[in-house]
Amino acid sequence: MQLVINGQEKDLQSSGTVTQMLKELDITGSHIAVALNFQVVPRSSYDQTPLNEGDKIEIVHAVGGG
Amino acid sequence: METAVETDNKLKIAGKVFNSRLIVGTGKYASFAENRQALEISGAEMVTVAVRRIELDKTKESILNFIDPEKYTLLPNTAGCYSVKETVMTAQLAREAGLGNFIKVEVIGDEKTLFPDNEATLEASKLLVKDGFHVMPYCSDDVVLCKKLEDIGCSAVMPLAAPIGSGLGIRNPYNLKLILEAVSVPVIVDAGVGTASDASRAMELGVAGLLMNTAIAGAKDPLKMAQAMKLAVQSGRLAYEAGRIPKKLYATASSPIDGLIDL
Repeated sequence: MQLVINGQEKDLQSSGTVTQMLKELDITGSHIAVALNFQVVPRSSYDQTPLNEGDKIEIVHAVGGG
Repeated sequence: METAVETDNKLKIAGKVFNSRLIVGTGKYASFAENRQALEISGAEMVTVAVRRIELDKTKESILNFIDPEKYTLLPNTAGCYSVKETVMTAQLAREAGLGNFIKVEVIGDEKTLFPDNEATLEASKLLVKDGFHVMPYCSDDVVLCKKLEDIGCSAVMPLAAPIGSGLGIRNPYNLKLILEAVSVPVIVDAGVGTASDASRAMELGVAGLLMNTAIAGAKDPLKMAQAMKLAVQSGRLAYEAGRIPKKLYATASSPIDGLIDL
């Protein structure tokens, strides 16, 4: 499935949910957040949130800043 | 006999008490380890972080492995946002990432000066207050704006003293005094401090706290500067509480006039 993740085109094997996408990308940290097509996805919904071809996804975390 | 005195009261933001009036940033350090040590030395209990995309193809080491969110209150910022929409979404992502309920609203209006877009700051702050955030906006040192930010429910106001990262110090102490008179939420000077005397000067005006990043991270020796800033904030606050003597043009003798020897 073709997705645009953090501005990069990605072809993922998994064709399921946010949880499966994170697993395939090997993103395991607890302090991350995901937006799907410009909507924040609550952590509690990762398992039930399906992804579709061409979805735009942002995956963010905390970095140093002032 | 007392051999030391302490400050009369502590910084309180949105009901949370902080033992330090210094809030420090986590940007621009040479390493996470240096960052952690500077934070420790500064005595700060609230630290800012930014929210950015995870780099998909790199190792995903998190700054939160070095800055314990149990120990420090995180103040995620919306730095780099130029619109209300981006700001609100960044804040919501920060909360969803487990960074807490505090948010430093920072809506930039001009790339060169990094001055805030005050209109957008007010609008984004309003939306985020309604959404349950403790909003601490970076804003211009404008008393009317700060009053409006207080009225819409911000937990603090954070006027700049000089442009971000400029180190120009407290450019307009009179504006800060007007803001201090007008609002009752904590006034925290955010941006512009260059060295310890700037920090003391701001605190002597009576501001509730100071937020700084570059002044410490960009110093030749960030660890020494972290210590210097800690002391400067403490001494500035104590001097404010002590109440300085009035300034006057002519001398007043410190030694008694009576009892001089008569030659």
